[in-house]
Amino acid sequence: MNRIIKFVMLDIIKNKIVLSYAILLAVLAWSVFSLEDNSAKGLLTLLNIMLLTVPLVSIIFSTIYIYNSSEFIELLVSQPIKRSKIWISLYIGLCLALITAFFIGIGLPLLLYAPLHIGIVFNITGFLVTIIFIAIAFLSAVLTRDKAKGIGMSIMLWLFFTMLFDGLVLFMLFQLADYPIEQAMVLITMLSPVDIARILMLLQLDISALLGYTGAIFKAFYGSGNGIIVSFLILLVWALVPFLISLKKFNKKDL
Amino acid sequence: MIEIQNLSKRFGKLQVLHDVSLKLNKGECVALIGPNGCGKTTLIKSILGMVVPDSGTILFNQKPINKDVTYRNQIGYMPQIGRYPENMSIGQVIHMIKNIRKSETAEDNELMHTYQIESLSSKKMRTLSGGTTQKVSATIAFMFNPDVLILDEPTAGLDPIAAELLKEKIIKEKEKGKLIIITSHLLSELDDLVTHLIFMQEGQVRFHKDTQKIKSETGQTTLSKAITHILKSGYHE
Repeated sequence: MNRIIKFVMLDIIKNKIVLSYAILLAVLAWSVFSLEDNSAKGLLTLLNIMLLTVPLVSIIFSTIYIYNSSEFIELLVSQPIKRSKIWISLYIGLCLALITAFFIGIGLPLLLYAPLHIGIVFNITGFLVTIIFIAIAFLSAVLTRDKAKGIGMSIMLWLFFTMLFDGLVLFMLFQLADYPIEQAMVLITMLSPVDIARILMLLQLDISALLGYTGAIFKAFYGSGNGIIVSFLILLVWALVPFLISLKKFNKKDL
Repeated sequence: MIEIQNLSKRFGKLQVLHDVSLKLNKGECVALIGPNGCGKTTLIKSILGMVVPDSGTILFNQKPINKDVTYRNQIGYMPQIGRYPENMSIGQVIHMIKNIRKSETAEDNELMHTYQIESLSSKKMRTLSGGTTQKVSATIAFMFNPDVLILDEPTAGLDPIAAELLKEKIIKEKEKGKLIIITSHLLSELDDLVTHLIFMQEGQVRFHKDTQKIKSETGQTTLSKAITHILKSGYHE
């Protein structure tokens, strides 16, 4: 297993994109913290950056990377290696590379500038969002042979989770305002990893007052110790399920 | 050594392999021939596990291949069109495969020397010509002294000298008692190589015979003439 991960990591490091991604995040993070005296404001800005760029870069880079590795995958499949080993190694390699980039770019300045517990939660959320979108990329890349279609699907999924889903939830909230749907809303947000991450972080930053009555319900759920653990578990499920489906598909794929 | 039982595979509406059953033994040199799109490459890729059949089983040394991948340690495969990571150099590709196979037996670097691959070792795969890529594929296929060699159109794209060198190497390996499976369209080239012939058409095996027998049955001296004779007379079994 380690040998393939090593090859993947070396290949990604040689590819300058991940390096520039790390630098971009670092420039953003350092400038945000040095511009604002109030670290809470800086955190909010960083949160928004994280919830847009991290999923975008993770999903697009990974999708293209998998398509470009098709020769590499084909070569390995004819060798005495299990298919699942190839696929898992690719996943771990990509995750390690992008998580490292995230940590260097955003994680490190956060640990230095923000209160420790927020820094830690923020980091873990960032890591999870990264691996979730890599997993989704693996799924869309395995579902279609056509590169343009696969990348298109990834972009659509990114749009859906980062923008559309939020709009849909808001729309539903207004339409069903007369009914007691607050409990249901908590469940519905679980359907989007980006929303779970956002609410989780907003509650950590203690600005949940902005969320109104629903916010109180969220706070009651996510704010408590158990709520945080449950949300992290759900984020983990979000990383594992798409990947496991893609693994199952890959094991049956004709190359 | 390799036993294929009732193998079927369809790609969408196209039935590529239709109930194929074959038995290939050690020491044989089998030529797999047939018109374009008759399922030769799909059959080969099924043996390698690159294509997952819809039904049927493939046994390698009496063991089904879908349980354990270690059987591929005993196979050297030369693809029809070698596809390699573009930004890796020849040296890196060879190094990576050596790393993955971890073979205990001594490496067979004969083709590497005859094709002078070492002198090209820093060249990137994307800059290589089709022929050089084929040379790299051949080198890798023979490198680990496998018991089974699967060569898909081995001489296509090679210059005459390189093709001749490859043929000599195949004969040498055949004499060591290995199972060699070759697909080719150049029948004249196979003449002094093969011991058995498999003719495929529309995803089915039309016949699987000893070449001596084919020649004596048709009364022809060369393989290509014998085959044309069979096809013309509409001979099927």
